[in-house]
Amino acid sequence: MTLKAADVKPGDQHSQVLAKNLTRTQIVQYAGASGDYNPLHTDEPFARDVAGYPGVFAHGMLTMGMTGRLLTDWVGDGRLLEYGVRFTAQVWPGDTLTATATIREVTSRYGDPVALIDIVTVNQAGTAVVTGTAAARLDA
Amino acid sequence: MSVERFPVEEGHVLTFARAIGDDNPVYRDPQYAAASEVGGLIAPPTFTIASAQWDPDYPLRPKPGVKWWGSGAQATPEPKAGGVAPDGGSSAPKGGGALHAEQHFTYHRAVRVGDVLSSTSRPGATWEKAGRSGKLVFNEHITEFRDASGELVVTARSVSVLRQPLEDNE
Repeated sequence: MTLKAADVKPGDQHSQVLAKNLTRTQIVQYAGASGDYNPLHTDEPFARDVAGYPGVFAHGMLTMGMTGRLLTDWVGDGRLLEYGVRFTAQVWPGDTLTATATIREVTSRYGDPVALIDIVTVNQAGTAVVTGTAAARLDA
Repeated sequence: MSVERFPVEEGHVLTFARAIGDDNPVYRDPQYAAASEVGGLIAPPTFTIASAQWDPDYPLRPKPGVKWWGSGAQATPEPKAGGVAPDGGSSAPKGGGALHAEQHFTYHRAVRVGDVLSSTSRPGATWEKAGRSGKLVFNEHITEFRDASGELVVTARSVSVLRQPLEDNE
């Protein structure tokens, strides 16, 4: 599915629950797939007793990856031109994450219509864990 | 992090898509993908981060015969102030090491299963901020992923942050 320029306008939103009660197993699964085995994400005694955190927490890139799904489900596959985020708060096991994408502007690049999109992913307390922007090519 | 050879493999894309909870068939079903607009299996937008698997020196992966800084029977004790970076053979860095602050991707085209990419990385800007409990040091890295014909596929800009507690700033 792809988006047509005529079908979107600034302020349009798309929202999706990315994870309910995020599990430690999913964090381990992401470690294995990405290759990032940092003990902060995979090793409870290390995260707690050595690094001084309450426990393990998710890779920022796991949240960015899950948030990317919201974008590609909305704008279509292979349509992203840019995708960037800041990691603004940690994501813990048990968190429920909801991502929202908002069209900021529809512009054009090299003759193609392009949507500029603001992104925020929040946890169950409403705290932003990821904020960012994306640009996606639309159908004319 | 520079990687000489990063083959984008079907099974790796499958497991990566599973790990981010994305069951889009364009990442796992060759027939669906072939009939779709992109014309074949592609990788999710953040997949190039997994090029770490192809970096022989990637520090955040245990290696045979090299002391790992995570816990076994016990958690490794914290080193003295100014702890060593996670270089594969050291004890744990103080406070657990640097964290990921920002990640930005520019896509020149989609990453496809069957691509053999390579990457080159260069340092970008460095800046500092005063935090609540010490100094925050930010480091930027820019990594370019190119295909076998040398065409740019993805440009990645990564920012890490290292917290330097007040007692270390003497």
